[in-house]
Amino acid sequence: MSAFAALLARDVRLATRAGGSAVLALAFFAAVVTLVPFGIGSETGLLTRVAGGVLWVAAVLANLLALDRLFQADYEDGSLDLLALSPLSFEGIAAAKIMAHWLTTGLPLTILSPILALLLNLPQRGYVALVVSLLIGTPAISAIGGVAAALTLSVRRGGLLLPLLVLPLLTPVVIFGAGAVLAKLDGIDNGAIWFLAAFSVAAVALAPFVAAAALRLNLSE
Amino acid sequence: MFGYANPKRFMELSGRILPWLGAATALLFAIGLYLSFTAPPDYQQGDTVRIMFIHVPAAWVAMMAYGFMALASLIGLINRHPLADVAAKQAAPLGALFTALALITGSLWGRPMWGTYWVWDGRLTSFLLLLFLYLGYIALWNAIENEVRAAKAAAIFALVGVVNLPIIEFSVQWWTTLHQGESILLKGGPLISAVFLWPLFTMAIAYTLLFFTLLIVRMRTEILERRARTLALGASA
Repeated sequence: MSAFAALLARDVRLATRAGGSAVLALAFFAAVVTLVPFGIGSETGLLTRVAGGVLWVAAVLANLLALDRLFQADYEDGSLDLLALSPLSFEGIAAAKIMAHWLTTGLPLTILSPILALLLNLPQRGYVALVVSLLIGTPAISAIGGVAAALTLSVRRGGLLLPLLVLPLLTPVVIFGAGAVLAKLDGIDNGAIWFLAAFSVAAVALAPFVAAAALRLNLSE
Repeated sequence: MFGYANPKRFMELSGRILPWLGAATALLFAIGLYLSFTAPPDYQQGDTVRIMFIHVPAAWVAMMAYGFMALASLIGLINRHPLADVAAKQAAPLGALFTALALITGSLWGRPMWGTYWVWDGRLTSFLLLLFLYLGYIALWNAIENEVRAAKAAAIFALVGVVNLPIIEFSVQWWTTLHQGESILLKGGPLISAVFLWPLFTMAIAYTLLFFTLLIVRMRTEILERRARTLALGASA
Protein backbone atom coordinates (compact mmCIF):
# COMPACT_ATOMS: atom_id res chain seq x y z
CA MET A 1 0.00 0.00 0.00
CA SER A 2 1.41 3.38 -0.93
CA ALA A 3 2.07 5.98 1.75
CA PHE A 4 -0.75 8.11 0.40
CA ALA A 5 -3.29 5.28 0.55
CA ALA A 6 -2.07 4.28 4.00
CA LEU A 7 -2.52 7.79 5.37
CA LEU A 8 -5.91 8.10 3.71
CA ALA A 9 -7.07 4.79 5.16
CA ARG A 10 -5.76 5.68 8.60
CA ASP A 11 -7.54 9.05 8.66
CA VAL A 12 -10.80 7.58 7.42
CA ARG A 13 -10.58 4.90 10.09
CA LEU A 14 -9.86 7.46 12.81
CA ALA A 15 -12.81 9.59 11.76
CA THR A 16 -15.29 6.74 11.53
CA ARG A 17 -14.44 4.79 14.68
CA ALA A 18 -15.73 5.58 18.17
CA GLY A 19 -15.13 9.19 19.13
CA GLY A 20 -14.47 10.11 15.53
CA SER A 21 -15.81 13.24 13.90
CA ALA A 22 -17.78 11.71 11.03
CA VAL A 23 -20.94 10.74 12.94
CA LEU A 24 -20.84 13.89 15.04
CA ALA A 25 -20.68 16.09 11.95
CA LEU A 26 -23.69 14.28 10.51
CA ALA A 27 -25.63 14.70 13.74
CA PHE A 28 -24.72 18.38 13.85
CA PHE A 29 -25.87 18.78 10.23
CA ALA A 30 -29.23 17.19 11.08
CA ALA A 31 -29.58 19.25 14.25
CA VAL A 32 -28.96 22.58 12.50
CA VAL A 33 -31.45 21.75 9.77
CA THR A 34 -34.03 20.69 12.35
CA LEU A 35 -33.59 23.93 14.24
CA VAL A 36 -34.33 26.14 11.24
CA PRO A 37 -38.12 25.62 11.07
CA PHE A 38 -38.32 26.50 14.78
CA GLY A 39 -36.60 29.77 13.99
CA ILE A 40 -38.38 30.82 10.82
CA GLY A 41 -41.71 29.04 11.13
CA SER A 42 -43.07 25.87 9.61
CA GLU A 43 -44.94 27.36 6.67
CA THR A 44 -44.25 24.89 3.86
CA GLY A 45 -43.99 27.46 1.08
CA LEU A 46 -41.31 29.33 2.96
CA LEU A 47 -39.39 26.16 3.77
CA THR A 48 -39.49 25.13 0.11
CA ARG A 49 -37.78 28.36 -0.88
CA VAL A 50 -35.07 28.22 1.77
CA ALA A 51 -34.47 24.44 1.79
CA GLY A 52 -31.49 24.52 -0.57
CA GLY A 53 -29.87 27.45 1.19
CA VAL A 54 -30.41 26.04 4.66
CA LEU A 55 -28.95 22.66 3.70
CA TRP A 56 -25.96 24.36 2.12
CA VAL A 57 -25.27 26.60 5.10
CA ALA A 58 -25.71 23.66 7.47
CA ALA A 59 -23.33 21.57 5.34
CA VAL A 60 -20.65 24.26 5.54
CA LEU A 61 -21.07 24.57 9.31
CA ALA A 62 -20.98 20.80 9.82
CA ASN A 63 -17.79 20.62 7.77
CA LEU A 64 -16.15 23.20 10.01
CA LEU A 65 -16.76 21.00 13.01
CA ALA A 66 -14.23 18.35 12.01
CA LEU A 67 -11.78 20.77 10.43
CA ASP A 68 -9.92 22.12 13.42
CA ARG A 69 -8.63 18.66 14.31
CA LEU A 70 -7.63 17.88 10.73
CA PHE A 71 -3.93 18.49 11.29
CA GLN A 72 -3.91 19.61 14.89
CA ALA A 73 -4.40 16.21 16.51
CA ASP A 74 -1.44 14.82 14.59
CA TYR A 75 0.57 17.94 15.33
CA GLU A 76 0.01 17.68 19.06
CA ASP A 77 0.86 14.01 19.47
CA GLY A 78 3.85 14.20 17.14
CA SER A 79 2.48 12.04 14.31
CA LEU A 80 2.79 14.96 11.93
CA ASP A 81 6.56 15.05 12.52
CA LEU A 82 6.73 11.37 11.63
CA LEU A 83 4.58 11.95 8.57
CA ALA A 84 6.96 14.73 7.56
CA LEU A 85 9.82 12.21 7.68
CA SER A 86 7.87 9.70 5.58
CA PRO A 87 8.38 9.47 1.80
CA LEU A 88 5.14 11.38 1.39
CA SER A 89 5.56 15.08 0.51
CA PHE A 90 3.73 17.77 2.47
CA GLU A 91 1.50 18.23 -0.55
CA GLY A 92 0.69 14.53 -0.43
CA ILE A 93 -0.06 14.67 3.30
CA ALA A 94 -2.36 17.65 2.81
CA ALA A 95 -4.13 16.04 -0.16
CA ALA A 96 -4.66 12.76 1.72
CA LYS A 97 -6.05 14.53 4.77
CA ILE A 98 -8.33 16.78 2.74
CA MET A 99 -9.60 13.74 0.85
CA ALA A 100 -10.15 11.80 4.07
CA HIS A 101 -12.06 14.77 5.48
CA TRP A 102 -14.31 14.85 2.46
CA LEU A 103 -14.90 11.09 2.53
CA THR A 104 -15.93 11.24 6.17
CA THR A 105 -17.95 14.49 6.17
CA GLY A 106 -18.75 15.88 2.73
CA LEU A 107 -19.80 12.57 1.22
CA PRO A 108 -21.99 11.37 4.13
CA LEU A 109 -23.63 14.81 4.31
CA THR A 110 -24.44 14.61 0.63
CA ILE A 111 -25.99 11.19 1.09
CA LEU A 112 -28.01 12.34 4.11
CA SER A 113 -29.16 15.59 2.51
CA PRO A 114 -32.21 14.23 0.58
CA ILE A 115 -33.77 12.98 3.83
CA LEU A 116 -33.36 16.38 5.45
CA ALA A 117 -34.59 18.04 2.25
CA LEU A 118 -37.75 15.99 2.69
CA LEU A 119 -38.24 17.59 6.12
CA LEU A 120 -37.79 21.02 4.58
CA ASN A 121 -40.36 20.26 1.92
CA LEU A 122 -38.03 20.58 -1.06
CA PRO A 123 -40.01 19.75 -4.22
CA GLN A 124 -39.02 16.61 -6.06
CA ARG A 125 -37.44 18.39 -8.99
CA GLY A 126 -34.87 19.98 -6.66
CA TYR A 127 -33.39 16.75 -5.30
CA VAL A 128 -30.99 15.97 -8.10
CA ALA A 129 -29.71 19.55 -8.14
CA LEU A 130 -29.22 19.45 -4.36
CA VAL A 131 -27.30 16.18 -4.32
CA VAL A 132 -25.23 17.03 -7.38
CA SER A 133 -24.36 20.50 -6.09
CA LEU A 134 -23.34 19.10 -2.70
CA LEU A 135 -21.32 16.37 -4.37
CA ILE A 136 -19.48 18.94 -6.46
CA GLY A 137 -19.22 21.66 -3.84
CA THR A 138 -18.30 19.86 -0.62
CA PRO A 139 -14.76 18.97 -1.84
CA ALA A 140 -14.12 22.72 -2.11
CA ILE A 141 -15.20 23.14 1.52
CA SER A 142 -12.77 20.43 2.59
CA ALA A 143 -10.00 21.95 0.45
CA ILE A 144 -10.32 25.56 1.62
CA GLY A 145 -11.00 24.37 5.13
CA GLY A 146 -7.86 22.26 4.93
CA VAL A 147 -5.79 25.34 4.11
CA ALA A 148 -7.21 27.22 7.07
CA ALA A 149 -6.71 24.19 9.33
CA ALA A 150 -3.05 24.04 8.31
CA LEU A 151 -2.65 27.77 8.93
CA THR A 152 -4.11 27.54 12.44
CA LEU A 153 -2.16 24.38 13.26
CA SER A 154 -0.19 25.83 16.13
CA VAL A 155 -3.00 27.96 17.51
CA ARG A 156 -4.29 26.49 20.73
CA ARG A 157 -7.91 27.52 20.17
CA GLY A 158 -7.70 27.22 16.41
CA GLY A 159 -11.25 25.94 16.20
CA LEU A 160 -12.56 29.35 17.14
CA LEU A 161 -10.43 31.16 14.60
CA LEU A 162 -11.16 28.76 11.77
CA PRO A 163 -14.72 29.88 10.94
CA LEU A 164 -13.64 33.50 10.65
CA LEU A 165 -10.95 32.53 8.15
CA VAL A 166 -13.01 30.06 6.17
CA LEU A 167 -16.50 31.51 5.92
CA PRO A 168 -15.74 34.58 3.77
CA LEU A 169 -13.69 32.40 1.43
CA LEU A 170 -16.55 29.91 1.11
CA THR A 171 -19.19 32.47 0.13
CA PRO A 172 -18.97 31.57 -3.57
CA VAL A 173 -19.61 27.89 -2.77
CA VAL A 174 -22.75 28.71 -0.81
CA ILE A 175 -23.97 31.20 -3.40
CA PHE A 176 -23.54 28.85 -6.35
CA GLY A 177 -24.57 25.72 -4.47
CA ALA A 178 -27.80 27.15 -3.12
CA GLY A 179 -28.26 29.05 -6.39
CA ALA A 180 -28.16 25.82 -8.35
CA VAL A 181 -30.97 24.35 -6.24
CA LEU A 182 -33.08 27.50 -6.49
CA ALA A 183 -32.54 27.73 -10.24
CA LYS A 184 -33.83 24.19 -10.62
CA LEU A 185 -36.96 25.07 -8.62
CA ASP A 186 -37.57 28.13 -10.76
CA GLY A 187 -36.92 26.14 -13.91
CA ILE A 188 -34.17 28.43 -15.12
CA ASP A 189 -30.66 27.58 -16.21
CA ASN A 190 -28.26 30.16 -14.83
CA GLY A 191 -25.08 28.10 -14.95
CA ALA A 192 -24.66 28.07 -11.16
CA ILE A 193 -23.63 24.43 -11.17
CA TRP A 194 -20.84 25.13 -13.68
CA PHE A 195 -19.51 28.04 -11.66
CA LEU A 196 -19.61 25.80 -8.60
CA ALA A 197 -17.73 23.07 -10.46
CA ALA A 198 -15.09 25.54 -11.68
CA PHE A 199 -14.58 26.93 -8.18
CA SER A 200 -14.40 23.46 -6.70
CA VAL A 201 -11.87 22.19 -9.26
CA ALA A 202 -9.64 25.20 -8.72
CA ALA A 203 -9.90 24.97 -4.93
CA VAL A 204 -9.18 21.24 -4.84
CA ALA A 205 -6.27 21.57 -7.26
CA LEU A 206 -4.57 24.46 -5.45
CA ALA A 207 -5.38 23.75 -1.80
CA PRO A 208 -2.83 20.94 -1.19
CA PHE A 209 0.01 23.22 -2.26
CA VAL A 210 -1.11 26.13 -0.08
CA ALA A 211 -1.83 23.82 2.84
CA ALA A 212 1.61 22.23 2.39
CA ALA A 213 3.25 25.67 2.57
CA ALA A 214 1.33 26.33 5.78
CA LEU A 215 2.35 22.95 7.24
CA ARG A 216 5.98 23.59 6.38
CA LEU A 217 6.07 26.95 8.11
CA ASN A 218 4.43 25.51 11.21
CA LEU A 219 6.83 22.60 11.46
CA SER A 220 9.98 24.54 10.66
CA GLU A 221 11.85 26.12 13.49
CA MET B 1 13.90 49.70 -3.07
CA PHE B 2 15.22 46.92 -0.85
CA GLY B 3 18.02 49.21 0.33
CA TYR B 4 15.40 51.12 2.33
CA ALA B 5 13.99 47.89 3.65
CA ASN B 6 16.66 47.85 6.31
CA PRO B 7 14.75 48.79 9.48
CA LYS B 8 17.41 51.27 10.57
CA ARG B 9 17.42 53.11 7.25
CA PHE B 10 13.64 52.92 7.19
CA MET B 11 13.46 54.61 10.59
CA GLU B 12 15.78 57.41 9.44
CA LEU B 13 14.02 58.00 6.16
CA SER B 14 10.48 57.67 7.48
CA GLY B 15 11.32 60.00 10.35
CA ARG B 16 12.28 62.66 7.86
CA ILE B 17 9.29 62.09 5.54
CA LEU B 18 6.61 61.76 8.18
CA PRO B 19 6.14 65.45 9.16
CA TRP B 20 5.80 66.45 5.50
CA LEU B 21 3.43 63.63 4.77
CA GLY B 22 1.32 64.53 7.78
CA ALA B 23 1.22 68.18 6.76
CA ALA B 24 0.26 67.31 3.17
CA THR B 25 -2.52 65.05 4.47
CA ALA B 26 -3.90 67.78 6.72
CA LEU B 27 -3.72 70.37 3.93
CA LEU B 28 -5.48 68.13 1.40
CA PHE B 29 -8.18 67.26 3.92
CA ALA B 30 -8.72 70.96 4.57
CA ILE B 31 -9.06 71.71 0.85
CA GLY B 32 -11.10 68.57 0.20
CA LEU B 33 -13.53 69.21 3.03
CA TYR B 34 -13.88 72.87 2.00
CA LEU B 35 -14.69 71.82 -1.56
CA SER B 36 -17.05 69.12 -0.28
CA PHE B 37 -19.09 71.59 1.73
CA THR B 38 -19.10 74.38 -0.85
CA ALA B 39 -20.14 72.10 -3.71
CA PRO B 40 -23.75 72.75 -4.75
CA PRO B 41 -26.32 70.17 -3.63
CA ASP B 42 -27.08 67.51 -6.20
CA TYR B 43 -30.36 67.94 -8.05
CA GLN B 44 -31.44 64.43 -7.08
CA GLN B 45 -29.57 63.57 -3.91
CA GLY B 46 -29.57 67.03 -2.37
CA ASP B 47 -27.09 67.52 0.43
CA THR B 48 -26.63 63.80 0.98
CA VAL B 49 -24.29 63.85 -2.00
CA ARG B 50 -21.67 65.17 0.43
CA ILE B 51 -21.56 61.78 2.15
CA MET B 52 -20.12 60.49 -1.12
CA PHE B 53 -17.01 62.60 -0.63
CA ILE B 54 -16.11 60.76 2.53
CA HIS B 55 -17.62 57.42 1.49
CA VAL B 56 -16.17 56.75 -1.96
CA PRO B 57 -12.53 57.53 -1.10
CA ALA B 58 -12.80 55.33 2.00
CA ALA B 59 -13.95 52.45 -0.20
CA TRP B 60 -11.12 53.06 -2.66
CA VAL B 61 -8.49 53.13 0.07
CA ALA B 62 -10.01 50.04 1.70
CA MET B 63 -9.44 48.09 -1.51
CA MET B 64 -6.02 49.61 -2.11
CA ALA B 65 -5.00 48.65 1.42
CA TYR B 66 -5.82 45.02 0.73
CA GLY B 67 -3.77 45.11 -2.45
CA PHE B 68 -0.92 46.74 -0.55
CA MET B 69 -1.18 44.15 2.22
CA ALA B 70 -1.12 41.27 -0.26
CA LEU B 71 1.86 42.76 -2.08
CA ALA B 72 3.76 43.26 1.16
CA SER B 73 2.85 39.70 2.18
CA LEU B 74 4.20 38.37 -1.11
CA ILE B 75 7.47 40.26 -0.68
CA GLY B 76 7.65 39.09 2.92
CA LEU B 77 7.17 35.46 1.88
CA ILE B 78 9.58 35.50 -1.04
CA ASN B 79 12.32 37.83 0.20
CA ARG B 80 11.80 36.96 3.86
CA HIS B 81 12.02 40.59 4.73
CA PRO B 82 10.82 41.50 8.22
CA LEU B 83 9.95 45.05 7.18
CA ALA B 84 7.52 43.78 4.54
CA ASP B 85 5.87 41.65 7.24
CA VAL B 86 5.58 44.69 9.47
CA ALA B 87 4.06 46.69 6.61
CA ALA B 88 1.49 43.97 5.88
CA LYS B 89 0.64 43.54 9.55
CA GLN B 90 0.13 47.26 10.13
CA ALA B 91 -1.83 47.80 6.91
CA ALA B 92 -4.53 45.34 8.01
CA PRO B 93 -6.14 47.28 10.89
CA LEU B 94 -6.09 50.42 8.74
CA GLY B 95 -7.72 48.56 5.88
CA ALA B 96 -10.34 47.19 8.25
CA LEU B 97 -10.98 50.69 9.54
CA PHE B 98 -11.45 52.17 6.07
CA THR B 99 -13.70 49.25 5.13
CA ALA B 100 -15.81 49.85 8.22
CA LEU B 101 -15.91 53.57 7.45
CA ALA B 102 -17.06 52.86 3.90
CA LEU B 103 -19.77 50.50 5.19
CA ILE B 104 -21.01 52.93 7.84
CA THR B 105 -21.06 56.02 5.61
CA GLY B 106 -22.62 53.90 2.86
CA SER B 107 -25.46 52.82 5.07
CA LEU B 108 -25.95 56.38 6.33
CA TRP B 109 -26.26 57.45 2.72
CA GLY B 110 -28.53 54.52 1.98
CA ARG B 111 -31.09 55.53 4.60
CA PRO B 112 -32.28 58.73 2.87
CA MET B 113 -31.58 57.42 -0.65
CA TRP B 114 -32.88 53.86 -0.53
CA GLY B 115 -35.03 54.19 2.57
CA THR B 116 -33.05 51.54 4.42
CA TYR B 117 -29.69 51.27 6.14
CA TRP B 118 -28.76 48.03 4.50
CA VAL B 119 -29.54 46.26 1.25
CA TRP B 120 -27.91 43.04 0.15
CA ASP B 121 -26.46 44.79 -2.80
CA GLY B 122 -23.39 43.44 -4.56
CA ARG B 123 -20.97 46.13 -3.46
CA LEU B 124 -22.19 46.34 0.11
CA THR B 125 -22.08 42.59 0.51
CA SER B 126 -18.62 42.16 -0.93
CA PHE B 127 -17.38 44.96 1.32
CA LEU B 128 -18.80 43.19 4.32
CA LEU B 129 -16.89 40.08 3.26
CA LEU B 130 -13.77 42.20 2.78
CA LEU B 131 -14.15 43.36 6.37
CA PHE B 132 -14.32 39.73 7.51
CA LEU B 133 -11.19 38.92 5.55
CA TYR B 134 -9.38 41.79 7.27
CA LEU B 135 -10.63 40.62 10.67
CA GLY B 136 -9.56 37.06 9.93
CA TYR B 137 -6.11 38.26 8.94
CA ILE B 138 -5.74 40.32 12.11
CA ALA B 139 -7.04 37.46 14.27
CA LEU B 140 -4.58 35.02 12.69
CA TRP B 141 -1.69 37.40 13.38
CA ASN B 142 -2.74 37.76 16.99
CA ALA B 143 -3.39 34.07 17.55
CA ILE B 144 0.07 32.79 16.64
CA GLU B 145 2.65 33.65 19.25
CA ASN B 146 5.80 33.05 17.25
CA GLU B 147 6.24 36.23 15.20
CA VAL B 148 7.98 34.63 12.22
CA ARG B 149 5.33 31.93 11.95
CA ALA B 150 2.53 34.42 12.42
CA ALA B 151 3.91 36.59 9.63
CA LYS B 152 4.14 33.68 7.21
CA ALA B 153 0.75 32.22 8.08
CA ALA B 154 -0.93 35.60 7.79
CA ALA B 155 0.86 36.24 4.49
CA ILE B 156 -0.43 32.96 3.06
CA PHE B 157 -3.94 33.86 4.23
CA ALA B 158 -3.69 37.32 2.66
CA LEU B 159 -2.63 35.78 -0.65
CA VAL B 160 -5.41 33.18 -0.57
CA GLY B 161 -7.77 36.08 0.08
CA VAL B 162 -6.46 38.14 -2.80
CA VAL B 163 -6.92 35.22 -5.20
CA ASN B 164 -10.39 34.63 -3.84
CA LEU B 165 -11.56 38.27 -3.71
CA PRO B 166 -12.38 38.61 -7.43
CA ILE B 167 -14.28 35.31 -7.26
CA ILE B 168 -16.21 36.47 -4.19
CA GLU B 169 -16.91 39.77 -5.93
CA PHE B 170 -18.14 37.95 -9.04
CA SER B 171 -20.27 35.48 -7.14
CA VAL B 172 -21.88 38.20 -5.07
CA GLN B 173 -22.65 40.26 -8.17
CA TRP B 174 -24.10 37.14 -9.79
CA TRP B 175 -26.14 36.44 -6.67
CA THR B 176 -27.64 39.93 -6.46
CA THR B 177 -28.75 39.85 -10.07
CA LEU B 178 -30.39 36.51 -9.30
CA HIS B 179 -32.28 37.79 -6.29
CA GLN B 180 -33.09 41.42 -6.93
CA GLY B 181 -32.80 44.24 -9.36
CA GLU B 182 -32.23 47.09 -6.98
CA SER B 183 -28.55 47.49 -7.77
CA ILE B 184 -29.48 49.63 -10.77
CA LEU B 185 -29.82 52.42 -8.25
CA LEU B 186 -26.09 52.17 -7.68
CA LYS B 187 -24.86 51.69 -11.18
CA GLY B 188 -26.58 54.22 -13.42
CA GLY B 189 -27.27 57.71 -12.26
CA PRO B 190 -26.19 60.90 -13.97
CA LEU B 191 -22.60 61.36 -14.97
CA ILE B 192 -20.62 63.09 -12.29
CA SER B 193 -20.07 66.72 -13.11
CA ALA B 194 -16.85 68.59 -12.41
CA VAL B 195 -18.19 70.35 -9.30
CA PHE B 196 -18.40 66.94 -7.63
CA LEU B 197 -15.33 65.47 -9.28
CA TRP B 198 -12.88 67.95 -7.76
CA PRO B 199 -13.80 67.44 -4.10
CA LEU B 200 -13.96 63.68 -4.75
CA PHE B 201 -10.45 63.51 -6.17
CA THR B 202 -8.98 65.82 -3.55
CA MET B 203 -10.52 63.67 -0.86
CA ALA B 204 -9.27 60.50 -2.57
CA ILE B 205 -5.68 61.77 -2.50
CA ALA B 206 -6.14 62.99 1.08
CA TYR B 207 -7.40 59.55 2.15
CA THR B 208 -4.53 57.80 0.38
CA LEU B 209 -1.99 60.06 2.08
CA LEU B 210 -3.75 59.52 5.40
CA PHE B 211 -3.42 55.77 4.92
CA PHE B 212 0.31 56.00 4.27
CA THR B 213 0.88 58.50 7.10
CA LEU B 214 -0.87 56.24 9.58
CA LEU B 215 0.87 53.19 8.12
CA ILE B 216 4.30 54.73 8.64
CA VAL B 217 3.40 55.78 12.19
CA ARG B 218 2.21 52.27 12.96
CA MET B 219 5.25 50.64 11.36
CA ARG B 220 7.59 52.89 13.35
CA THR B 221 5.75 52.05 16.54
CA GLU B 222 6.00 48.34 15.81
CA ILE B 223 9.73 48.54 15.09
CA LEU B 224 10.35 50.56 18.26
CA GLU B 225 8.28 48.08 20.25
CA ARG B 226 10.33 45.20 18.92
CA ARG B 227 13.53 47.03 19.81
CA ALA B 228 12.25 47.75 23.30
CA ARG B 229 11.36 44.09 23.76
CA THR B 230 14.81 42.99 22.61
CA LEU B 231 16.42 45.48 24.99
CA ALA B 232 14.26 44.29 27.87
CA LEU B 233 15.19 40.69 27.11
CA GLY B 234 18.87 41.65 27.02
CA ALA B 235 18.59 43.50 30.33
CA SER B 236 16.87 40.61 32.09
CA ALA B 237 19.29 38.00 30.79
